[in-house]
Amino acid sequence: MATSSFTKKTLGLETAEPAVTPPPAKGNTTFAKKPMLATAKSRKREIPEGLWTKCPKCSTMVFDKELDENLKVCTHCQHHFPISSRERVQSLIETGTFEETDAEMTSVDALNFTGVASYQSKLRAYQRETGLKDAVLTGSCKIGDHKVCLGVMDFKFLGGSMGSVVGEKLTRLIERATKKALPVIIISTSGGARMYEGMFSLMQMAKTCAALAYHAKARLPYISVLTHPTTAGVMASYASVGDLILAEPGAMIGFAGPRVIKDTTQAELPPGFQTAEFLLDHGLIDAIVTRKEMKPRLIDYLNYLTAGQKTADA
Amino acid sequence: MPRSCPALHSRYCAKTWLPLPSAPMKHHLDFEKPIAELQEKLEELKQHPEKHSLGISFEEEVAQIEKKIEETKRQVFMNLSAWDRIKIARHPKRPFALDYLQAAFTDFSELHGDRLYAEDRAVVGGFASLGKQRVMVIGTQKGRDTKENILRNFGSAHPEGYRKALRLMKMAEKFRLPIITLIDTAGAYPGIGAEERHIAEAIAVNLREMMLFETPIIAAVIGEGGSGGALGIGVADRVLILENAYYSVISPEGCAAILWKDRAAAAKAAEALKITAKHLLELGLVDEIIPEPLGGAHTNPELMAQTLQTDLLKHLGEISELSASDRLERRYAKFRAFGQFQEKSPASAAPSGNGAPEAHEPLAPSDNALPADLPADL
Ligand SMILES: [Zn+2]
Repeated sequence: MATSSFTKKTLGLETAEPAVTPPPAKGNTTFAKKPMLATAKSRKREIPEGLWTKCPKCSTMVFDKELDENLKVCTHCQHHFPISSRERVQSLIETGTFEETDAEMTSVDALNFTGVASYQSKLRAYQRETGLKDAVLTGSCKIGDHKVCLGVMDFKFLGGSMGSVVGEKLTRLIERATKKALPVIIISTSGGARMYEGMFSLMQMAKTCAALAYHAKARLPYISVLTHPTTAGVMASYASVGDLILAEPGAMIGFAGPRVIKDTTQAELPPGFQTAEFLLDHGLIDAIVTRKEMKPRLIDYLNYLTAGQKTADA
Repeated sequence: MPRSCPALHSRYCAKTWLPLPSAPMKHHLDFEKPIAELQEKLEELKQHPEKHSLGISFEEEVAQIEKKIEETKRQVFMNLSAWDRIKIARHPKRPFALDYLQAAFTDFSELHGDRLYAEDRAVVGGFASLGKQRVMVIGTQKGRDTKENILRNFGSAHPEGYRKALRLMKMAEKFRLPIITLIDTAGAYPGIGAEERHIAEAIAVNLREMMLFETPIIAAVIGEGGSGGALGIGVADRVLILENAYYSVISPEGCAAILWKDRAAAAKAAEALKITAKHLLELGLVDEIIPEPLGGAHTNPELMAQTLQTDLLKHLGEISELSASDRLERRYAKFRAFGQFQEKSPASAAPSGNGAPEAHEPLAPSDNALPADLPADL
């Protein structure tokens, strides 16, 4: 057990606190044509009229068209920029096979949350801003020859936070997969549980894991893909119980936010702490897979994970 | 956190967490002050009977003050805010898991270790008897003073705590012992080692595994129900909560820091998050509130332990009567139903609360893909 210093103890353990501050509701309207880039991490330089993006890792100015064609991966240093859930889906599936489910499901202000801003107005702002209904897309699709139930989170919508809608859509996805004997793939990116829905959000952790328990019991494959960033309540539920757990390079992945850990322990965080590479070195994930390689690798893994089932069926 | 918690603030230095030299022996929460003043007056009078007021006998005055104390107590504790209750839930004198293991259970026989890495003393577990029923008990354990708190890591478990809990629960499942969990934690520990040994996975695996244990499970939030760290031993057939305990997705201070940009807004956040026992029962997120003695569990721990024992036995009796498959089906349905959302755009549909029935595709019973005991209402 870590015997980290107890010189100062902060008991407020913000396990569900988004480790990464969600982007503000007011987006980068200057680049309205490319909303997928209006995220917290990608810094746009104002000069070349939105045609270029400065890579936060290698500082190269990358031509936007080049970035789009390269699945939002820096052509110079392979830095993985944030990618929208729709683009992600397209990058993984056989063209035209995605049948979205529960597309109209939206969040309600179950607690009548009285904060500095109302939850309702926040939801509407994010819906307008992102064109999304909530923080996850779900549906069935084909990846290679495999029919798969696919869930893809979107960090742009309230920091990818998990409330009732994310929990319910994923739970239905998993239940459908169990019923139809299909694999589940969930691509996560999330700051954690959604505060505005209080305990309903926390309970989505148990709900999704419950559905996965029965999916696993039916010996069906579940692949969890962790992308930048995946933390807190999502990490402490469905994202961590995959048969295979993959991560994109450089993704920030963890339970507690680094600031909370630093404040609590008063210790220096080790280099590369909570990155995909750190998790791999500590034995916590199966593999790091680049965005470009993701689809063939998923197909390859599914070939193995379903091989036995096919033998049994034959 | 201690900065904004007077009960703790009065005892410990916020920086070093060492007891303050001038720390008073009694811990009065601010709303307890009028009661404490009356109690002091009563003590004073009993010590010096000759000082009783004019025109009234000593006995009469004692009776009067006692009556006033009861009235004031009732008044104060009928009108507690969410934040007041959190202060009670965090009261340093509040009974902890081990206190209940002594008072509400008998023959507690502690079992240690996760068999993998370490013994996490923020989680206690072992065999015990509840009435005549032998059970496995698991609880998160806080410390009452600095030394104990270092041993117990302030009740915040590392991955080893959750893995020890899982090991003991698996054993309980194997030998058909009911499982009782006592939840009292501000949250799982946010530390480097905890991350390196994958605390998120330790919690997530418990969420999944607890759903499939055939043995009865009861979870009781006895103090703080801090987010994932609480839920990590909180998947159960019945989820009970003590009257002044709370259960929240995030600490009120953390929520205040993010949404109000001010930790001092914790009281507002506590209200907004709807984390009191009463709120949670109204929202259908807990099954029953276990009443506390007037003034909080710490004012009469023996009575509290008795009430807890009675309630646990009642619920255990009820869920033990079900067949294992019924129990699993209901446990699944219970957690499955949590959530509120709209199926269509706000204009055209009413909110579908708690898992609207139209949400579920009916399952053909003949579907071979299903495990035999998959809840039928999926
Ligand atoms: Zn680059």
